[in-house]
Amino acid sequence: MRAICPRSLLGVAFLLLLFVNPAHGHKPSDSYLSLKVEGDALVGQWDIALRDLEFAIGIDANNDGEIIWDEVRAKHQDIAVYALSHLKISSKERACPIEVSAQKLNQHADGTYTALFFKVLCANVSKIDSLGLQYSLLFDVDPQHKGLLKLTSAAGKSTTAIFSPDRPDLDLVIALANASAWEQFADYFKHGVWHIWIGFDHILFLLSLLIPAVLMLTKRVWLPMESFKMVVLEVLKIVTAFTLAHSITLSLAALQLISLPTRWVESVIAFSVVLAALNNLFPFFHARRWLLAFGFGLIHGFGFANVLSDLGLAERSLGLALIGFNLGVESGQLVIVAFFLPVAYWLRSKRTYQTVVLQAGSVGIALLAAIWFVERAFEVRIF
Amino acid sequence: MFCKRLICMTLIKYPRILKGLGSFSFLIAGLVGFEESAVAQAYIPSDGSQVVETLRKDLWQSELSGLRKKVTAAPTDSAAATRLATRYIEVARKSGDPRNLGYAESVLKPWRVNGTATADMLVLQATILQSTHQFPAALLVLNQALKLDRHHAQAWLTKATIELVMGNYSAAKSSCLRLQGLTTPSIATACFCSVASLNGDAGKSYLTLQQVYNSAPEIDIGLRSWLLTLLGEMAVRLGDNKAAENWFVKGLRVDPNDHYLLGAYADLLLDQERDREVITLLADKNQIDGLLLRSVIALQKQKSPLLMEKINTLQQRFGAAASRGDTVHQREQARFELQLKQNPNTAMDFAEKNWSIQKEPADLKIVLEAAWASQRVSAASPMLEWMRQNKLEDARLHKVLAQLGGSQR
Repeated sequence: MRAICPRSLLGVAFLLLLFVNPAHGHKPSDSYLSLKVEGDALVGQWDIALRDLEFAIGIDANNDGEIIWDEVRAKHQDIAVYALSHLKISSKERACPIEVSAQKLNQHADGTYTALFFKVLCANVSKIDSLGLQYSLLFDVDPQHKGLLKLTSAAGKSTTAIFSPDRPDLDLVIALANASAWEQFADYFKHGVWHIWIGFDHILFLLSLLIPAVLMLTKRVWLPMESFKMVVLEVLKIVTAFTLAHSITLSLAALQLISLPTRWVESVIAFSVVLAALNNLFPFFHARRWLLAFGFGLIHGFGFANVLSDLGLAERSLGLALIGFNLGVESGQLVIVAFFLPVAYWLRSKRTYQTVVLQAGSVGIALLAAIWFVERAFEVRIF
Repeated sequence: MFCKRLICMTLIKYPRILKGLGSFSFLIAGLVGFEESAVAQAYIPSDGSQVVETLRKDLWQSELSGLRKKVTAAPTDSAAATRLATRYIEVARKSGDPRNLGYAESVLKPWRVNGTATADMLVLQATILQSTHQFPAALLVLNQALKLDRHHAQAWLTKATIELVMGNYSAAKSSCLRLQGLTTPSIATACFCSVASLNGDAGKSYLTLQQVYNSAPEIDIGLRSWLLTLLGEMAVRLGDNKAAENWFVKGLRVDPNDHYLLGAYADLLLDQERDREVITLLADKNQIDGLLLRSVIALQKQKSPLLMEKINTLQQRFGAAASRGDTVHQREQARFELQLKQNPNTAMDFAEKNWSIQKEPADLKIVLEAAWASQRVSAASPMLEWMRQNKLEDARLHKVLAQLGGSQR
């Protein structure tokens, strides 16, 4: 073959193309397909860009560059037929018929979409544990098109997946079965309890504050508290302050009203443990340990929120998850206090309590937490 | 997601509501309510004659539909298919609408599947891959094209460009050298200079390219605007902002809608704190993310009341790209996180990922700036080493290099 000069074939104007910024301004084509279990039915909403439909089947009847609602409406039948011929849903190898229930409009980042509402008529929806989907919308005219799928189970848990020409078929293993609100709540509650029990930094922070609660500092000397009632009151003050503070920030963070960098949060949490332990050796915050509990409790709340977001939150049940998780954390914490308090009260007048538990214990906690702090703040591994 | 953000916005807008929330339970109850109501957003317009979408109706569209008919009628006509795909790619560039890249790809697809694609078609396919930052895949396709035709000038030029973007300067130079005798001397020289300018010969390349520009009076518009862009960028890197502006303005006279050139010029203006001019320059270019980003940075410096809204628009667009798994925007996203959202850590994550894919001076700049801002100075050492080895010179990097250098000492 002879050499082809770009000037003759592609035109030199084409050259500049090569240096063009990847300024993908508008947006490549996507459709948004969501499937959801509602009661005993599988329902769906499929948002397809009007400009894509214009390209594929023609919507702008008078060809004036402006699509009006009447033009869309006139094509509803065609749109439904076109779209549904490019989507197959099956359960256990058996095709589920799809029935369109309504068509509306919806806005997305790059323009107006038709929103196709439909029902998927599979037998026994509540017993389905896997769905087969075959998607081929627009792939023939635009291989860069993608179908963004969101599948929400009755429990509010959602799975996402992307259809592309390389991956037009998906088999999704799902538990569509109804998990009751109570089961979801219990699930998050358990996570909450579990997290506080394995979250040594939170426990050590709390314990550091509670260790001296059975003692009284008088003239720089620790003396055992006489009244059990006073001890309980002191413990209650600290635990309540900590609980209140971390509940506030946990909620704010889980609802995405505030977010703080994870590394910063984790470092400050470690630092708070160091401070709480040092406070037992050099009491600078003695009578107002509840203030320390409250102030740093705010930061610990962000730490809990990170765990919660790692669990994956279903949008619909966010509130439920938040309350469940938070109550789980509180309960886990109360169990720890319930074990700690009688033992500490019983040991409080022994000398070993002061030397071993208070002094040596606090030194140990401070050292351990200092290591955590360095690891987290400077992203190094010491152990 | 969309509605969630709206909710946050209302609460942030009215901090008093938040402060006034007496009890924790009320806060929860209120927000659970929001979640429920956030489900349905679809609507039915009240008026049948309401315009719900505006399409591009320009000269290209009728030409494109004519060509499309031709291709459908004669599916074995390779020249028609090549023309149609070329036009789609050009439209993608001019309008900034990437859907056209998909349309181009669909025209080429049957040929590629059958194994009958011509060298021209393969070069077009490589260009599409390059536009979505699939550089290694693009190089593979170009090698196929060059197997069919060793003397395909466009294939060598596209190859050089991709190697340049990937920071593989020696490969890019040798690809440019292959252009000698295959195309006009100005194109071959410009290709070589564009690489050498980043590879230790900034000053010399600039002078040579000026000679090329001056000695070729009747050059094609496309070549002219390419040369002017290269000259402007070289001048910026050499620290001659005045000359750079001159080249950019000349280039924009050739093609006022050249998005790449507009971006480069806007950056120059931003560096000189000429924010107002940036806003005017890019006023009608908000649909292009990269240009909207520059405009919003200017708005931020102006402390404009429009800022929050525009930041949200950008965030939404990045979100939409991320949900389809796109990584084309990482450089812009790093800049967005660093300059507009003050999230240096997130910015650094994007900048590092971006650096692993492309290595243009702008990619280097953002990764160094993000490393400095996120105090991950040591993470910048591979880039600094790379820069030293390649002898890359860029005046815009002086500030961040001084910062990084100071901290290392």
